[in-house]
Amino acid sequence: MKLIVSVKRVIDYNIKVRVKADNTGVDLANVKMALNPFCEIAVEEAIRLKEAGVASEVVVVSIGPTAVQEQLRTALALGADRAIHVETDELPEPLNVAKLLAKVIEAEQPGLVILGKQSIDSDNNQVGQMLAALAGRPQGTFASEVKVEGGKVLVTREVDGGLRTLSLDLPAIVTTDLRLNEPRYAKLPDIMKAKRKPLDVKTPADLGVELKQHITQLKVETPAQREAGIKVDSVDALIDKLKNEAKVI
Amino acid sequence: MNILLIAEHDNSALNPATLSAVSAATQIGGELTVLVAGADCQNVADEAAKVSGVSKVLLADNAAYAKGLAENLSALIAEVATGYSHIIAAASSTSKDTMPRVAALLDVGQLSEIIAVESADIFKRPIYAGNAIATVQSQDAVKVITVRTSAFDKAAAEGGCAGVETVANSRDSGTSNFVNEELVKSDRPELTAASVVISGGRGLGSAENFALLENVADKLGAAIGASRAAVDAGFVSNDLQVGQTGKIVAPELYIAVGISGAIQHLAGMKESKVIVAINKDEEAPIFQLADYGLVGDLFKVLPELEAKL
Ligand SMILES: Cc1cc2nc3c(=O)[nH]c(=O)nc-3n(C[C@H](O)[C@H](O)[C@H](O)COP(=O)(O)OP(=O)(O)OC[C@H]3O[C@@H](n4cnc5c(N)ncnc54)[C@H](O)[C@@H]3O)c2cc1C
Ligand SMILES: Nc1ncnc2c1ncn2[C@@H]1O[C@H](COP(=O)(O)O)[C@@H](O)[C@H]1O
Repeated sequence: MKLIVSVKRVIDYNIKVRVKADNTGVDLANVKMALNPFCEIAVEEAIRLKEAGVASEVVVVSIGPTAVQEQLRTALALGADRAIHVETDELPEPLNVAKLLAKVIEAEQPGLVILGKQSIDSDNNQVGQMLAALAGRPQGTFASEVKVEGGKVLVTREVDGGLRTLSLDLPAIVTTDLRLNEPRYAKLPDIMKAKRKPLDVKTPADLGVELKQHITQLKVETPAQREAGIKVDSVDALIDKLKNEAKVI
Repeated sequence: MNILLIAEHDNSALNPATLSAVSAATQIGGELTVLVAGADCQNVADEAAKVSGVSKVLLADNAAYAKGLAENLSALIAEVATGYSHIIAAASSTSKDTMPRVAALLDVGQLSEIIAVESADIFKRPIYAGNAIATVQSQDAVKVITVRTSAFDKAAAEGGCAGVETVANSRDSGTSNFVNEELVKSDRPELTAASVVISGGRGLGSAENFALLENVADKLGAAIGASRAAVDAGFVSNDLQVGQTGKIVAPELYIAVGISGAIQHLAGMKESKVIVAINKDEEAPIFQLADYGLVGDLFKVLPELEAKL
């Protein structure tokens, strides 16, 4: 079975973002970029399925400017077999990403597609579900466990009240939650080897997709900052403040 | 404007998160129809009909919708959607699963977790774990929206008298089947609805030690929350995680115990009215936004707090 993993290039999760002075967006100049953490988990899951003999090939896809090839190489170093870069000037919005991925899937015919549940920059949490709808396939979102057996995939999902397990017909779309696995680090020899693994570049036109704008970003602002409070020196002082000053207990 | 609001419920009662979505819908303006999709959920429809501001309730009562499977629900919603300008739902694990599917079926974008309504097509939403707020405009004829419930007051649960109409429709994809669920039962207030939340982090050290937190929670009538580190370590279940990718809470009082204050955690609680931090490290970033900080060992502080409350 072939697996497709879709990965996004985002700001490193450790970095505190700064809004640009002209309010057009967030300052990404000279900022460390990385694989979206949920996509790292998606890559790890795919590699484990390959190591377990469930999957035969892992193909990673990323959509965006040339720079996303850096993250594709990272995924190849982690163990993916080949990469597809769909080149666009900017990172397109979720529905466009889903349409491009739907075309890649049509051509590649994977048994399972694994995505992150959410990009940590746009916080959309949309692409996997949109892709599943466009491809007319079942979805297992926010997965904390994935088991392929008997032509189906069992997905345990993190839901508001706890955990819920679904059985999905293959091909299916899965999106990862934090506790699905702990991603490995790439080893230096693998990073060298990754440079020679195949990486195809395609354009949206090659895939027959016209990108459309659905949502316009009018401005980006820094949220209201909380004023730092005070330190209290004892439990008694804390209880007194909560009772008599804040009046919350 | 004609708004279709998808009710959040468990087939027996309307989830109060729905009331926050109703407030957001009311700010957009126009006629408000609530869709209740589930199985044996007439009660929910009756409750929804009483919510102030609701003009009509559609009830799709069918086994296919019992477990909120996104494949079935999204097909239903996309079919019912004709004629509506907005399709809106409280951001929950069910709507996050379903609504993007609806948007794709309708060939429109989705606005996730809005926190303010500027006009019928302009909204604010947090990005980068709440470290930036984007003002966004939808270009689509139909706007698919999820609402961050902590940002909107709840509409009155009583006062309306909408009629209930039945939608006779069964959309079962057959490709996704419910196997089982482990829902966490608790007598405590629900995390996102509680007025006091006390959360524990890695500093608690073990699942057993969460009892210290529970004792204080009992005194305060508080809900229990946790950081990702505490959930990952298996101290508590996943549904208690507060943060960018967990629950978003904004109680009157939030008490963070043994939590350092990573941006991903702050994203889920920084709109709380009063924040208390208890941490032995006086440099912990959580102190930068706490109204009241107590530097100390939680194993001493929590029992003392319990005794004195
Ligand atoms: C993609 C992504 C998403 C994430 N989403 C979330 C999320 O939704 N929610 C979330 O919480 N995190 C999230 N995280 C993780 C986040 O970055 C932090 O790792 C996490 O919040 C740390 O948890 P913590 O504060 O409990 O642990 P730590 O950072 O280890 O802090 C433990 C604290 O306990 C204190 N302490 C230890 N012992 C004691 C004692 N005896 N008495 C008093 N204090 C003590 C220490 O001083 C320290 O400050 C996410 C990370 C990523 C990459
Ligand atoms: N530009 C992109 N290229 C490839 N995959 C993407 C891209 N954008 C989003 N995704 C995938 O979709 C997931 C969810 O993203 P989002 O819906 O934007 O929060 C990510 O974790 C990725 O797996």
